[in-house]
Amino acid sequence: MPEAAPTRLPDILGRHQQEILDDWLKLQAETFSRRRDLISDEELKQQSASFLQGLRSAAATDLDPRGPAWQGVRDLLGEISTSRVRQGFSPSETATFVFSLKQPLFARLNRELASDTRALAEETWTATRLLDALGLHTTEVYQRGREQVIVRQQQDLLELSTPVVELWEGVLALPLIGTLDSSRTQVVMESLLQQIVDTKAGVAIIDITGVPTVDTLVAQHLLKTVAAARLMGADCIISGIRPQIAQTIVHLGVDLGDVVTKSSLADALTIALNRAGWVVTRTAPGQAAR
Amino acid sequence: MERIPILRMGSFLLVTIQVDMHDRLALALQDDLMGRIRETRARGVLIDISALDVVDSFIGRMIGNIAAMARVLDADTVVTGMRPAVAITLVELGLSLPGVRTALDVERGMKLLTDGTQPPDQRGRRAR
Repeated sequence: MPEAAPTRLPDILGRHQQEILDDWLKLQAETFSRRRDLISDEELKQQSASFLQGLRSAAATDLDPRGPAWQGVRDLLGEISTSRVRQGFSPSETATFVFSLKQPLFARLNRELASDTRALAEETWTATRLLDALGLHTTEVYQRGREQVIVRQQQDLLELSTPVVELWEGVLALPLIGTLDSSRTQVVMESLLQQIVDTKAGVAIIDITGVPTVDTLVAQHLLKTVAAARLMGADCIISGIRPQIAQTIVHLGVDLGDVVTKSSLADALTIALNRAGWVVTRTAPGQAAR
Repeated sequence: MERIPILRMGSFLLVTIQVDMHDRLALALQDDLMGRIRETRARGVLIDISALDVVDSFIGRMIGNIAAMARVLDADTVVTGMRPAVAITLVELGLSLPGVRTALDVERGMKLLTDGTQPPDQRGRRAR
């Protein structure tokens, strides 16, 4: 430990715990007055008290905020930050929870050590160092919580965005929405092929109406999917090709080979039904304009 | 040495691969199959690989080769029952087996073969 003299922080914290807590809570109430809707006074008070308690006992054993003695405090702060992420606090508001302790604590140190400026400077520095490290820790945990949310949402999105639907007996449709990248193509391909096995479908329609752009890479991914389905014995039709996309495909020199393409899903379904030997007839004279 | 049985069904030959394919087995199958096609004057060959869950580039190429050789001997080849994982592997290896006909199961494969005398449909890739 770099500190030669033991700090008087835990002693001061212990003797004035209640006062510091009261001052701190008052300060937080002022800072967070507009955040009352997110967290109750009772919860804030309880969190503040247990943090102060933890700070005191940890500072009594060790002054390295990364050391094992501080594990309890770090865990507590981790919990607080995670719950604040969910409650909708911003990162600076979360970190301010720790930083706002400085003012009441320094005021107390000032009063206690007024006679000894050297000790005062020393203790102030120690307290600043500890609180800064802990405040940064809350920000880190906050960030990690956010990242976990993002990763989870990405996975959800990946699963949600690749449904395979059975349009007719033996006809599957795969409406693709969003950009196709390698990992998504993999998921799309796997779910389509599995569905082909499960339903024994002979035709699969890949609808790319919702795919914003088709470049050489996306086209290659599509062709791979078509080739894999063909290997399993199912034919693929690509539908939903918008005029701009048709132009892009030709300008890029992408060769779609002998894959059947249709401009709309309805056309593709007609072809698929034809191939399967279905005939769709209308029994009543139609009212709809044709 | 173990061999893969080749069954005769009318004017077609039926091969079901039930064991792990290794290279020598594949080569033996190729030899046997060509011999049988000549012997029986088979019009078509159906290879069922629904039990095959691992392929490598060699086996993939063998399947393509067998189909091409059978064609030289005037027999159609249909590969049936390929698993999704196998299909993905072959595509990733760049072996999309052009010219090999495929079907979901043996029943549909047989239908493809029996209908094989009819002209190929409008899909183009069936044209040889």
